[in-house]
Amino acid sequence: MLVLLSNYGPSFVEGFKYTLFSSILALFFSLIIGTFMAIFQLSKNKFLRSLAKIYVEFFRNIPLLIIVMFCYVVVPLYWFQLDGFQSGTIGLTIYTSAFIAETIRAGIQTVPAGQMEAGLSSGFTSSQTMVYIILPQAFKIVIPPLGNQFINLVKNSSILAMVAGMDLMYQGDLIASETFNTFETYIIVGLFYLILTLQLSYLMSNLEKKWAIRE
Amino acid sequence: MNRHKKKFLFFSLMILMTFFVSSCGENNYAKEDILTRLESEPTIVWGVKNDTKLFGLMNVGTNKVEGFDIDIAKAITKEILGGKGRAEFVEVTSKTRIQLLKNGNIDAIIATMTITDDRKKIVDFSDVYFDAGQSLLVKKGSSIKSVKDLKAQTTVLVVKGSTSAVNIRKAAPDAKILELENYSEAFTALKSGQGDAMTTDNAILLGMAEEDPDYTLVGGNFTDEPYGIAINKGQKPFLTKVNEALKTLKSNGTYDSLYKKWFPSETTTTKED
Repeated sequence: MLVLLSNYGPSFVEGFKYTLFSSILALFFSLIIGTFMAIFQLSKNKFLRSLAKIYVEFFRNIPLLIIVMFCYVVVPLYWFQLDGFQSGTIGLTIYTSAFIAETIRAGIQTVPAGQMEAGLSSGFTSSQTMVYIILPQAFKIVIPPLGNQFINLVKNSSILAMVAGMDLMYQGDLIASETFNTFETYIIVGLFYLILTLQLSYLMSNLEKKWAIRE
Repeated sequence: MNRHKKKFLFFSLMILMTFFVSSCGENNYAKEDILTRLESEPTIVWGVKNDTKLFGLMNVGTNKVEGFDIDIAKAITKEILGGKGRAEFVEVTSKTRIQLLKNGNIDAIIATMTITDDRKKIVDFSDVYFDAGQSLLVKKGSSIKSVKDLKAQTTVLVVKGSTSAVNIRKAAPDAKILELENYSEAFTALKSGQGDAMTTDNAILLGMAEEDPDYTLVGGNFTDEPYGIAINKGQKPFLTKVNEALKTLKSNGTYDSLYKKWFPSETTTTKED
């Protein structure tokens, strides 16, 4: 295993960089899109409500691989060029944001309705109440399930390997087929993913503790 | 302090476990002599491709795999075991086939597998059953006419775990190489413009060009790639039987008729260079 690591170290690290970069991008954008979709789902506007509902139900219920393959194969055929890394990251963002929308919507709904009424009667508009009063409370509630979604996202980023996205899994596949040492290669790949996901869950549980004290 | 100790213990345990698991890769099942087993249980398990036109392709209508590899495997099974013998097919990819053979999940690989010196260190090969060579598939009218046209700004699509990836890196060191999961995915990626050319063995590319006449082979073969049947090390008796069967098939005309069935337009020798 050490021989493998010393011979192919740079490849693993290269793949790790792509996985990290893709995960950060997808995490950031899926959190933004997810939050908007959650708010839209609870909006009084019928159009926004059904738009968000369709978005969430559609993307939550089809395999990630189909979304990614669509971006990689169909989009360049009819619209614009997307390479493997781009289509993988975009697919990951769309897919995860549907789950994040559901998580945050649940969080918003557990905030008592009285909070909204209180905000409105203090002179805030309903969107001000949402941003300053409801959302901060909702986020605190959904930290643990949100952490789950983030961890899933990092692991799902291995989908990039299917479309030559240069990520950790892709490099792992290449190294495994070059050395015929499938087993140990994937153990190393797994350990690299652990570096990312363990830190992430540590970060999320810290955030949970920090915000719990301030309550 | 105590928490840290616990954490340390947990991690060292995990690392120990990974080493333990990795040390017991080879199991007894793989060491069992295949020929002895065939006496009591006349079924040979073949690892075949399910996504390769002309060699091993799943027919969605009948739910059976069909192709040259499949027919050869069936003929060899019949030759070794007689009428009572059964050939069972398990899907493999270029990426998984060696591991599956090593684990004992399959008895032999007949899946467009090129005989190479590197692979010979890991598995044993039968005699050559198909002479293939690597070629290029491009869209008709492409500026790429041969391997020499693959410059730095061109992208070539290959399949993970295949020798074609290694060969193209040598033949066109400047070109950008993208490795995809399987042949159908690589061909789809070529169609949607993710690459300028696709490369693998000519036999596979011929199947694709037949399916979509917008695509064509250029430049002839730039490598010589004999296909062989791979069998695990330590299975010499079984290997000898397979080679004998292959020889019989070639002498009694079965091989030629199967060849004509799948490659009607090709002559028996596909070498062009």
